[in-house]
Amino acid sequence: MAFRSAVITFPGSNCDRDMAVALEKVSGDACTRVWHGDSDLPEGLDFIALPGGFSYGDYLRCGAIASRSPIMQAVIAAADKGVPVLGVCNGFQVLTESGLLPGALLRNSVIRFVCRDVTLKVENANSLFTSGYSAGQEISIPVAHHDGNYFADEATLDRLEGEGQVAFRYAEDINGSARAIAGVLNAKGNVLGMMPHPERAIEDLHGGSDGRALFESAIKGLIGA
Amino acid sequence: MKVRVHVSLKPGVLDPQGRAIHHSLEGLGFSGVNDVRAGRLFELDVEDGVSDEALDDMCKKLLANMVIENYRIEKVAA
Repeated sequence: MAFRSAVITFPGSNCDRDMAVALEKVSGDACTRVWHGDSDLPEGLDFIALPGGFSYGDYLRCGAIASRSPIMQAVIAAADKGVPVLGVCNGFQVLTESGLLPGALLRNSVIRFVCRDVTLKVENANSLFTSGYSAGQEISIPVAHHDGNYFADEATLDRLEGEGQVAFRYAEDINGSARAIAGVLNAKGNVLGMMPHPERAIEDLHGGSDGRALFESAIKGLIGA
Repeated sequence: MKVRVHVSLKPGVLDPQGRAIHHSLEGLGFSGVNDVRAGRLFELDVEDGVSDEALDDMCKKLLANMVIENYRIEKVAA
């Protein structure tokens, strides 16, 4: 059975091709590219990805304008119906701005743009996106962001921890994120937002392939391949 | 009608930009500044018929992120 995925491109997205390549390489099936101005998604999608980049030049707030674009209304409707949505980096910012994930991403506490491989700890290995890892496993994934400082109020953070919605945590503090949170799931578990870039770590030529299991988990969970 | 919308970070939300500005002020030799918080100012030119509710809605839906920011609407005499 073919794996039907789509990557949304906003003006200023720059990891959309990497994301599509990762989905195609791991699944063996073509990935549809969808433009932000479209109001409809292709029928019967198994997976939607919001890529990294600087949508709308980060105007207003990172991800704010993209989250109000026509296609996002379709993405929100699909997510509400249970279609898996992965947002990476700017895609994570779009997910929090759209309300699909709790919290917000602030300017890094160190002010600097942080661009390097970081060690992540897998906190929840039971989700659609993370079942290919084991709980507590440490993986190496690149980050490249200026606004990755995850913020939510204490009650929300407690709820996220209690419900297993923290997917990944940084092994060291790189950007000031509350409780070192690097990736968050929604309550239903079909939406994952993360600042690190798994699509940049799917084969050895990338310098590491620890991101591959994320795509393998989702594809296996969705079409059983 | 001219409307100013002031958007600021909620108390308790870390403001690295404000902190950097504060350090820079100190570097220039200004003393006595206890803290700096950076915010945003929007100046809107709106039709007279636009309701207060609509202005409020604009702030909540786009101009401010209610997770981290507060807003204040100020109507300016023409």
